[in-house]
Amino acid sequence: MPSTLIEKYIRESHLPHIWCAGCGNGTIMRDVIQAIDNLGLDKKDVVIVSGIGCSARAAGYMDFNSIHTTHGRAIAFATGIKMAKPHMKVIVLTGDGDAAAIGGNHLIHAARRNIDLTVVVFNNSIYGMTGGQFSPTTPTGEFATTAPYGSIDPNFDIPELARAAGATYTARGTTYHVPQTIKLIENAIAHDGFSIVECVTTCPTYYGRKNKKGDAVKMLEYQRDNSVSVAKAKTMTAEELKGKIVFGELYVDNEKPEYTKEYEKIIKIAGGRSDE
Amino acid sequence: MAERKRALLQGNEAVVEGAIAAGMRFFAGYPITPSTEIAEGCAKRLPEVGGRFIQMEDELASMAAVIGASVTGTKSMTATSGPGFSLKQENIGYAALAEIPCVIVDVQRQGPSTGLPTSPSQGDYMQARWGTHGDHPVIAVSPSSVQETYEETIRCFNLAERYRVPVILLMDEIVGHMREGIEMMSPEEITVLDRLVKEDPEQAAMPYDIVPGEYVPRITPFGEGIYYNITGLLHDNWGFPSTSPVKNNRQTTRIMNKIIKNAELIEKYETDGVDDCDTLIVSFGGTARSAEAAITIARENDYKVGLFRPVTVWPFPEKALSEICDHVKNIIVAELNFGQMTLEVERIAKGRCEVTHIGKVNGTILKPNEIYRLIREVSR
Repeated sequence: MPSTLIEKYIRESHLPHIWCAGCGNGTIMRDVIQAIDNLGLDKKDVVIVSGIGCSARAAGYMDFNSIHTTHGRAIAFATGIKMAKPHMKVIVLTGDGDAAAIGGNHLIHAARRNIDLTVVVFNNSIYGMTGGQFSPTTPTGEFATTAPYGSIDPNFDIPELARAAGATYTARGTTYHVPQTIKLIENAIAHDGFSIVECVTTCPTYYGRKNKKGDAVKMLEYQRDNSVSVAKAKTMTAEELKGKIVFGELYVDNEKPEYTKEYEKIIKIAGGRSDE
Repeated sequence: MAERKRALLQGNEAVVEGAIAAGMRFFAGYPITPSTEIAEGCAKRLPEVGGRFIQMEDELASMAAVIGASVTGTKSMTATSGPGFSLKQENIGYAALAEIPCVIVDVQRQGPSTGLPTSPSQGDYMQARWGTHGDHPVIAVSPSSVQETYEETIRCFNLAERYRVPVILLMDEIVGHMREGIEMMSPEEITVLDRLVKEDPEQAAMPYDIVPGEYVPRITPFGEGIYYNITGLLHDNWGFPSTSPVKNNRQTTRIMNKIIKNAELIEKYETDGVDDCDTLIVSFGGTARSAEAAITIARENDYKVGLFRPVTVWPFPEKALSEICDHVKNIIVAELNFGQMTLEVERIAKGRCEVTHIGKVNGTILKPNEIYRLIREVSR
């Protein structure tokens, strides 16, 4: 029996999608949809915002209020949507280049404000849409079309970056750990504040090929064999954690005030009447 | 007539009052001289009327947030000056292609790059038209007084809604920082256009499908249960990316034509003594005030001089100027730059009369005497 999610949430007329065989993006898109369904959100109040890149195409396949914006600016567009309509659930689908390179400034400032957005980062460690250039999450020493001798750039830990900037929910999932990742996205959406879930995904076409990681199955096996849960990671040394994918809830703070709720107080002080 | 409130306001403050009167309820901005008073005014005034203000991390983010708020049906604005206007350009193009109404205020300052932050200029005239890449529609409006700033800000919001384009309120430091007594209109005097939508939900789900006889799509805001896609890629009537040459040509042509074909409805200009003048001064924004003073001096000295002052500077009021070009001998274009509107005037004059530019790029204004001297010179 086909999943009822497709009928409810996918624009079937716009399939097949553009992603390569073995790409993990479809898995993450499904995780997001499952999380929304699990939470029983009213579609009317859900906005899917994306930037530019392979990940960004997900927005168009999802039957919600969807907006595919400019490169790096998805979080800034989302901030405008959330400010104008604070009751809406605004979910940003972005990639490692989109979120952490060209859009890095928006990521850290949205985190600093603790505005209630959920950012799902499709991290494939490469610029896929443009054909395999290194991104801010390509591990140092690995190869890309613009790193033919190996990258000398240190790589970002995106959830850690967001936490340091003020995010109040950070997590990491993978395309191998589907049920766990769905739960993480669900918790992120339910969280009242800035939440981010990095989803480690497979790009056999560019990242995999350039770095001899094998096909999609091999890359998923790599995720399985090199992932450790947050609980287990706590028992391991820094040396043991090298090259491992730590997955699960990394940081949760339920105390810090949420930005649009704080702004409601400003409206009250100024004597205005909010329509929310 | 209903009671009008009088106020002594700066041009930048008049923008805030005009915008709120027009229904603006969201502003995103970034501090930059000489436009900062607009952000400061919005920070204070918007929450008073239940609206929302946010100071973003940069100029690009401000423009993006404005478009984001607008897709929910909230009238939105940002304000900036030269360097910030350059940074906003990519997203202005997004608003033009995706047809998201919004108002962008550019209080022009002198020079490229950081230039002279507190000095007046009209050097962004061409950028207002062609700042973002690709063929795109845009409307730009340039007021000359604080009263006109207030009224034109309201018109900018209405133009943005009617044509679903980014509208540039092309201010300059002169008008932005000038204080004048103005009359604020009472709410019943103000026409506020609201966003047009389609009644039939099935039709509404095809947001870029144009109602027969119209040029502009009726797009239901996000949050009302109509599900569609918005993208900066060339797209079909559902808002989905398309690579069909037929569809792409149709879309690009339509977004250009919605302004071109309606240009005379969008245009606004003022003339004075153009019927029997030998010399015509074309000037806009703050510089037009110097031109008016120069004309007064010239007339006292028996020169036949007229004024043509475009208020809508893009699209340029072409037909109106062209008719005047048939009978004047000389046109002087007075503008604070190296000759930008001059190019547009020369294009329209098509050699029928002599076109001379007078400008300045040193951070000071054009003085009436300087323009008067040129009037005498060309009249010889």
